[in-house]
Amino acid sequence: MYEFEHHKPASVADAASAMKGADDGKLLAGGQTMIPTLKQRLASPSDLVDLGGIAELKGISVSGGTVTIGAMTNHAAVAASADIKSALPALAELADHIGDAQVRNRGTIGGSVANNDPAADYPAACLALGATIHTSQRDIAADDFFTGLFETALEEDEIITKISFPVANKAAYVKFPNPASRYALVGVFVADGPAGTRVAVTGAGQDGVFRVPEMESALSGNFSADAIANVKVSADNLNADIHASADYRAHLITVMAKRAVAKI
Amino acid sequence: MATVSMTVNGKSVSGEVEPRTLLVQFIREQLHLTGTHVGCDTSQCGACVVHVNGDSVKSCTMLAVQADGSDVTTIEGLANGDTLHPMQEAFRDNHGLQCGFCTPGMVMSAVDLLKKNPKPSEGEIREWLEGNICRCTGYHNIVKAVQQAAQA
Repeated sequence: MYEFEHHKPASVADAASAMKGADDGKLLAGGQTMIPTLKQRLASPSDLVDLGGIAELKGISVSGGTVTIGAMTNHAAVAASADIKSALPALAELADHIGDAQVRNRGTIGGSVANNDPAADYPAACLALGATIHTSQRDIAADDFFTGLFETALEEDEIITKISFPVANKAAYVKFPNPASRYALVGVFVADGPAGTRVAVTGAGQDGVFRVPEMESALSGNFSADAIANVKVSADNLNADIHASADYRAHLITVMAKRAVAKI
Repeated sequence: MATVSMTVNGKSVSGEVEPRTLLVQFIREQLHLTGTHVGCDTSQCGACVVHVNGDSVKSCTMLAVQADGSDVTTIEGLANGDTLHPMQEAFRDNHGLQCGFCTPGMVMSAVDLLKKNPKPSEGEIREWLEGNICRCTGYHNIVKAVQQAAQA
């Protein structure tokens, strides 16, 4: 790991000014991606601005049909939240299967969403449920947030403060996890709620999370696994690696989507 | 350099560290508590698991400065003098180790499991231990040990 300066601000405003004052600052949330990245010297920020001391970034609230989760809330807290289990159980279950128990005790929703790893779980939930990403500067719809591989609409020095999810009457997430890392080889979040009928896929796309319009229209008329059984997803623009070919991922998308619908 | 202070196994400690110092480096190299192991160093194997404010974490994937002000428990903090913690006793009774390298992390992870889920099923134990790798493949007896500790 290269050297860096460490800052531990007590407020979002202080964190933003620490970022502004840094040559090449990076935000540190739970560190479950950032620290391995630094250890491999894949990044060499001049400054790390640690969000771990900012109380206003933590917490879960459910009211008026909206689940709101502070950016520094860890996966274990989302998985264990009785309020989320009751309002949006698919989200709690998703959180409960990220990485392993120790990763869930440190990793945060804000870090996951800001990183936009193409195999991360939360981006699929954000897109399928029509979440809003609240930042230190503005509110961004999930539809406009995920812009590519590890790319988001966030500006330099912009800090995610919380993420709000409209409660959907139907929602489920199923993933085919890589047996070693538990990242999604393919993960599919299906939802029928205020944002409409949506199918969002993670783990498969070369540009990160994406929706499947053919499945969405099939499910709008008939929300059943049979309705999407014959929808084939093209392997163009899907990832291929030692774990799975693009064709295999394309096949898995339909299988995972059917399982997700069948779970509801 | 930064000054970090924390409680480790009930004792207040502090030290000067570079910001890039990992919590496991601080524990092993400055506090000389070498029961916490470094296996893969890539957040996967779980040999470095300790408790920070009561939750199990991988101390190779946390900076010492992030643990400033925290309450840390390592494997050395479990036993009460010569009396082993029930989880350690259960690992001994069930031969829940072969080479022993992964054992500190397995025990710390399992203790956290029983705190959150006192009566786990075999499946829940296996799922919880996903983040702990035993290269001797001794999982069967490890799971038996956790089951015994859950009945203690």
